[in-house]
Amino acid sequence: MRSIKYAAAVAALSATALSAQAATLDDVKARGELNCVVSTGVAGFAFPDDSGKWSGFDVDFCRAVAAAVVGDGQKVKFVPTTGKTRFTVLNSGEGDILFRNTTETMSRDADLKLSFLPVNYYDGQGFMVPTALGVTSAKDLDGASVCIQTGTTTELNLADFFRINNISYEPVPVETNAEAQTNYLGGRCDVYTTDASGLASTRSTFENPDEHAILPEIISKEPLGGAVRHGDDQWFDIGKWVVNALIAAEELGITQANAAEMAKEAGDNPSVNRLLGSEGEFGSMIGLDGQWALRAIEAVGNYGEIFDRNIGPDTAIALQRGLNAQWSDGGILYAAPIR
Amino acid sequence: MSEQTVDSYTAAAPQRNVVSRIWNDKQTRSVIVQIIALILLLLFFGSMVRNAIANLEALGKGFSFSFLSTASNYDINQKLGWEYDSRSPHIKATLVGISNTLLVAVSGIILSTVLGFILGVLRLSKNWLTNKLAHVYIEYVRNVPVLLHILLVHGILVHSLPAPRESKDLAETFFLNKRGLFLPTPETPFLGYAILLFFGLVLAGLVFSYFFKRWAQRIQDETGVGYPVFWINLFAYLVLPILVTVGFLLFVGWEQPELKGFNFRGGGVIRPEFMALWLALSFYTAAFIGEIVRAGITAVSKGQTEASLALGIPRGKTLSLVVIPQALRVIVPPLTSQYLNITKNSSLAIAIGYMDITATIGGISLNQTGREMECMIIVMALYLTFSLLISMFMNWYNSRIKLVER
Ligand SMILES: N[C@@H](CCC(=O)N[C@@H](CS)C(=O)NCC(=O)O)C(=O)O
Repeated sequence: MRSIKYAAAVAALSATALSAQAATLDDVKARGELNCVVSTGVAGFAFPDDSGKWSGFDVDFCRAVAAAVVGDGQKVKFVPTTGKTRFTVLNSGEGDILFRNTTETMSRDADLKLSFLPVNYYDGQGFMVPTALGVTSAKDLDGASVCIQTGTTTELNLADFFRINNISYEPVPVETNAEAQTNYLGGRCDVYTTDASGLASTRSTFENPDEHAILPEIISKEPLGGAVRHGDDQWFDIGKWVVNALIAAEELGITQANAAEMAKEAGDNPSVNRLLGSEGEFGSMIGLDGQWALRAIEAVGNYGEIFDRNIGPDTAIALQRGLNAQWSDGGILYAAPIR
Repeated sequence: MSEQTVDSYTAAAPQRNVVSRIWNDKQTRSVIVQIIALILLLLFFGSMVRNAIANLEALGKGFSFSFLSTASNYDINQKLGWEYDSRSPHIKATLVGISNTLLVAVSGIILSTVLGFILGVLRLSKNWLTNKLAHVYIEYVRNVPVLLHILLVHGILVHSLPAPRESKDLAETFFLNKRGLFLPTPETPFLGYAILLFFGLVLAGLVFSYFFKRWAQRIQDETGVGYPVFWINLFAYLVLPILVTVGFLLFVGWEQPELKGFNFRGGGVIRPEFMALWLALSFYTAAFIGEIVRAGITAVSKGQTEASLALGIPRGKTLSLVVIPQALRVIVPPLTSQYLNITKNSSLAIAIGYMDITATIGGISLNQTGREMECMIIVMALYLTFSLLISMFMNWYNSRIKLVER
């Protein structure tokens, strides 16, 4: 089934000569819409509601880029992908940019030819088990059946973790989060493993979330971030600085509500002025106008607002900021300066 | 002016005659058209390949198979005796995938053929109920996509079977639960020996049968004494090997599955993914084979049976010597394409996580290395090879059973 998709992508690669240095910016502007590669559905990160409207943490980053580039956060076409299809879809040009719970790794960068935008969620791989099993540590999982999404870093970490700890397991490969959920709840596997954020999100959709525990061990580093194809530096810069702008906005106290007000005239904080376009020519450096960041913030709010609205402590997913707090708040979120 | 026209007319005339003569010759024309078509086709494919390679290079990805020897970094649940782990290279993962594909394809071909022949015969039954039941089954199964059958069987297995701790057991030896059917297996080296022993004996039996058949034919021609050749040969190449192998296995140690921690350990397991794929593919394909068998038998004219009976040939022999050989001629060619279908449809394995070729080299390896072009080429080449092998075998069989005209 998936192979058909690959065959199609391979065929697409063969049929047309891609112009390698295509200016993605021009294509997106001409189209008037951003094609954003997301997941098939992870509550809080990227999820279509009953009417087909997407929302979530990853979705908001797509909308921010669309707002900066085409001027409207609603002008996004979401391209749902599995762990396995996401990079092919991006590389074949079906998507312009990817925000899909995706870990930055060296081989994805250098071998799959993706350029990663700044990390927008620092995560790690965890394990979820039914509390009824009475397991308290991942080291107790000897002999367990483990549901695992194929085409992910989690699949590779898992093999390493069990081998290093000299314990055995039965991998039960699945394609999507939804499939993992059916197999896990149906009892085909004892354990579901993926990014800890993904586990929290999946558990929040269960009928009885309390009957499932996330084990204390985090077995990997999963810096999640957006990505674009290699070869279009201008487009990469746009993605990179939109993410930085949203993070910086939180640090500078710019919110969805006050952004327009603060942008009206240059105030006495030059950092705010540069970000909102009343000082300097930063927009034109990346091929956009001076209000690029203002539009992004007005569309989805700053990083903190995006976090709180979609996955924060007051949502069903209830994730704490933890590592994802600003550097000035004890976290490691640290936007490069816009200057 | 007019002179000139006449001139050019006379000058061009013989030339046009040559062209039109060539063009009007049916055979030459078809050769020319075919050559042109072939050139265009080659140009088309050439440009596709060139484009693909250029595009991959533009993306900065060269074309190379060297990734095959690097560590795969992923585990596979059903390894069929391969010593594979996440440190093994991608090429070994491919071999495991090939074994898994072949296992499900061959098991599917066997089961669907048996079920298909039963269905075909039931469809011809004079008993109204069996006839209709077979008909309803065939119509239902044929008209629902095979992917849905696979998902359905897998869903039923996983959701209706008990958890490992509540396993259903048969004589405390076989255990059935959500994780599969756990069964005892001969201790490690003996299973391999048993398989070798079995196939060795089958081969020896086949060689014996070949010579015995010729010998028996000669005796019959010379003296008129007939031997039950079929039964003796069947004993030689099937019954005897089975008996000897079973006998051998009775004397070696066995490993018994035991519930330890989360799952059963020891012994062997048939996973629900394999069961679902195997059963669904077989049930589905059996419906088509049933129709093929029915058509094949109905195609043999009644007169043949009547003539045979009139000659005093008993019913059983009429069936095996007159009807079935003629029916097979009609059945075998479409049967071949069903066998090809089952092999290709086995790639739907990936929908339920059965680790076949498509899921290993065409799935995880492809994705983790980003070698789309190389992996797809390997996967396609493998399916093409399997299909060609099946076609070759069936063509050989078909030519053996075809009408010998004298
Ligand atoms: N971060 C890992 C894993 C990403 C992943 O696939 N996570 C799952 C669980 S959160 C997911 O996003 N599934 C979405 C889907 O099934 O469409 C990676 O980049 O490989």
